[in-house]
Amino acid sequence: MSTVLLIFCILSAITLATAFLTIFTKQPIHSAIYLVLCFVSVAGHYLLFNAQFLAVVHIIVYSGAIMILFLFTVMLMNLNKEDEVHKPRVTRLAAGIIFILTSLVLLAVFIQTKPIVGPYDETGVDYQSIKVLGQVLLNEYMVPFEFASVLLLVAMIGAVLLSKREKTEKN
Amino acid sequence: MLVQTMSLSGRKKEVSNKKMSFWESLYLVAIVKGLWITIQHLFTRKVTVKYPEEVRTRAAIWRGQHMLKRDEQGRENCTACGLCALSCPAEAITMTAAERKPDEKHLYREEKYASVYEINMLRCIFCGLCEEACPKDAIYLTESKVLVPASYNREDFIFGKDKLVMPLEMAMANSKNKN
Amino acid sequence: METAIIIEKSIFIFTIFAITMLAAMYSTWAERKVAAWLQDRVGPNRAGTFGLLQPLADGLKLFSKEEFLPNTPNKFLFVVGPAVSMSVALMTSAVIPWGDRLIIGGREVILQATDVDVAILYVFGVLSIGVYGIMIGGWASNNKFSLMSAMRAASQMISYEIAMGLSLIALLMMEGSLSLADISASQAGMNWNVFYQPLGFIIFLVCSFAETNRTPFDLAECEAELIGGYHTEYSSMRMGFYLFAEYASMFISSTILAVLYFGGYNYPGMEWAIENWGVNPANIIGIIVLFTKICAFIFFFMWVRWTIPRFRYDQLMRLGWQGLIPLAIANVVITGLVMVRHEIAAALGF
Repeated sequence: MSTVLLIFCILSAITLATAFLTIFTKQPIHSAIYLVLCFVSVAGHYLLFNAQFLAVVHIIVYSGAIMILFLFTVMLMNLNKEDEVHKPRVTRLAAGIIFILTSLVLLAVFIQTKPIVGPYDETGVDYQSIKVLGQVLLNEYMVPFEFASVLLLVAMIGAVLLSKREKTEKN
Repeated sequence: MLVQTMSLSGRKKEVSNKKMSFWESLYLVAIVKGLWITIQHLFTRKVTVKYPEEVRTRAAIWRGQHMLKRDEQGRENCTACGLCALSCPAEAITMTAAERKPDEKHLYREEKYASVYEINMLRCIFCGLCEEACPKDAIYLTESKVLVPASYNREDFIFGKDKLVMPLEMAMANSKNKN
Repeated sequence: METAIIIEKSIFIFTIFAITMLAAMYSTWAERKVAAWLQDRVGPNRAGTFGLLQPLADGLKLFSKEEFLPNTPNKFLFVVGPAVSMSVALMTSAVIPWGDRLIIGGREVILQATDVDVAILYVFGVLSIGVYGIMIGGWASNNKFSLMSAMRAASQMISYEIAMGLSLIALLMMEGSLSLADISASQAGMNWNVFYQPLGFIIFLVCSFAETNRTPFDLAECEAELIGGYHTEYSSMRMGFYLFAEYASMFISSTILAVLYFGGYNYPGMEWAIENWGVNPANIIGIIVLFTKICAFIFFFMWVRWTIPRFRYDQLMRLGWQGLIPLAIANVVITGLVMVRHEIAAALGF
C-alpha cells in the first residue's frame, strides 16, 4: 500500500467517523467540534490532491470563520436536554427520504464521472499553483468572480453600516 | 489665590468635555506621546533597593527589637513593675516578678526583678509606648538595631529574656565607656 | 538525495521548534524585565545573573503544581484546549523564511521549513484555528467568566482577521505572490514594504495586537472583569501552555511583521556582503538581522502593553469594524490606483 493511499484511508476514516459523530452526538458543542474536525480532515483530502489553495481557504473559511460563529451561537444558547424539540415522525421520514435521494444522485454522478487522465501530467504546468488558479479565475471566470466579490463587499459594508446607524439614532 | 485655581502639584489640568477633532480622535498623537513617556522611564534610575545586599540606612530613632537594659555594673534595670505591660496597646508583654536573693546583687539592680519577661512579637506593633512608660529606663526599642526575624512557627515569636536582655559584652563595653 | 533532504529538513524543523520555544520562554522573562524597567523597577534578578534562569524556575514551579480539574462534564475538552492553543502557536513557523540560504558541504540549504505557494494563507488558516484553543478551554471550564472570555476572544479574533486580511491584500497586490520567500526576496536592501505600505502596516500591526490577545486588546483575559478569562480554572502546566502559547504567538506575529513589512532577513549592503564575504557569512548576518527585528517587535509589543490601557469592548468592536476595515479597503483602492496610474494617465490622454 502506498503512502498516499494509506493517508487517504486514515483521512477518510476520520472524515466519516467525525461526520457521523456530528450527527449522532447529543451534546451540540461536541457535535460542532466534530464538524470542525471533519472540515479539517476534508482539507487534508484537498491537500492529497495537491490543491493547497483550496485546502487552506477551506480551513480559513469553514473551520476558521463559519464554525467559530456556529460554536459561538451554540455556546450562548445554553442548550439543555429539556429544550430538545421532539421532531414529528413526518419530518423524520421526509429527512430520511431526502437523504436517500441525495445519496442516489451523488452515487449516480460518481459512477458517470470519468477520471481525467493525460494533459495534466504531460504539460508539466502545476495547475494547482495559485498563479495558474488566479489567471483562470480572472480570465475565464472573470464575471462570476467579480460578482461574488461585489456581493461579499456589499455584505461587509452592510454590516458596517448597520452598526453605524444605531449610533446616529442615539444622538 | 482662589482655591479653585490653586494647584499644589503645579500639574493641575482643567478637564474639558469639548468634542475631539478628527485628528485627536485618531489617538495616534496621544499614543505616540504615551509611548514617549514610558520609554523615558526605561532609562531613568531604578529606585529599587536590592534588600539583602543593600540595606537602607535607618534613622537613629528607628524602633526595632526590644532590649532590656543593664546598668553600668551589668545589672538588669527592670523591676517588673508591669507598667510596660499596662501601657502596651497590643497587650504583647507579660512578666513574672521575683524577689532578689542576697547572692544575686550583682545581677539585678533592685530588690524585685522579672524572672520571666516575654514579648509576643506577632502582637507587638513597635509603637514604643512601653519605652515611654518605663520608670527605670529598662526597655528600649532603639538600642538593638535588629529587625525581628521571620519564622515558620508562631511559638518562635514569643521572645523571652534570653533574646531580650542586653548581652553582657555590650554592658561591659558600656561600663568601660562610662569609666 | 531524498534522505538527505529529509534529514536536513528534520534538523531544521527541530531547530526552529527549539528556537520558538526558547524565544517564548525568554519572552516571559523579557516581559517582566521590560515591565519593571518601564515602571522604574529592577525586575527578576534572583534566579541567575539578571534573573536569566527565571523562566526555568517558573516552568519548574508550574510543573510541580497540582493539576486541578474543575467540576466539568467535559474533562477531555478541558485538556484539549491548551493543547490546541500550544500546537497552533507553534505550527505557523513552518512557512517563515528565517534566512536566504546557506552552503554547507557543497549543498545549498534553504533556510525555510517549506516554501508553499500559499504561505500567507496558511498563516491565516492556522491563526483562525488558534481561537479554538481558547474557545474550547473557556467553554469546558464550566465557568461563566471563562465562557464570556471565550466569546470575547472569538468575536474579537473574527473581527480583526477581516481587517488583517484586507490590509494584507494591498501588500499582495504589490508583491504579486503569496509565498513568504518571494516577499522576503523582493525586499532586498532597504526596499522594505513598510515604506510603500505605511497605512497597511499600521492596520496590520493593530490587528496583530488583537490576534495575539495582547494589551490594549487583551479583553479575553482582562483581570478586572473576568478574573483570568479563559484560563481562570486552569492550573499547573495546562495554564503554563496557555501562557506559553500567548508568548509563542507573539513571537510568531513579530516574525511575520518583520518578514512582511520590515524586509525579513534583508539588510542594506547584503549584496556587497555576499560578494566580498561569501554567501554563508552574509546570510548568517541576515538571520541575525531578522532576529534583531523580531526582538525589536517583541519589545514594541511589551512597550505598548505598559503604555496603553485596555479598550472597552464596544470601543474594540467599533475600532475593528468602523475604523480598520474601511481604512483597509481604502488602502486597497489607493494602492490599486497608484499601481495602474500609468494606464489611467494613458487612458485620459496625458
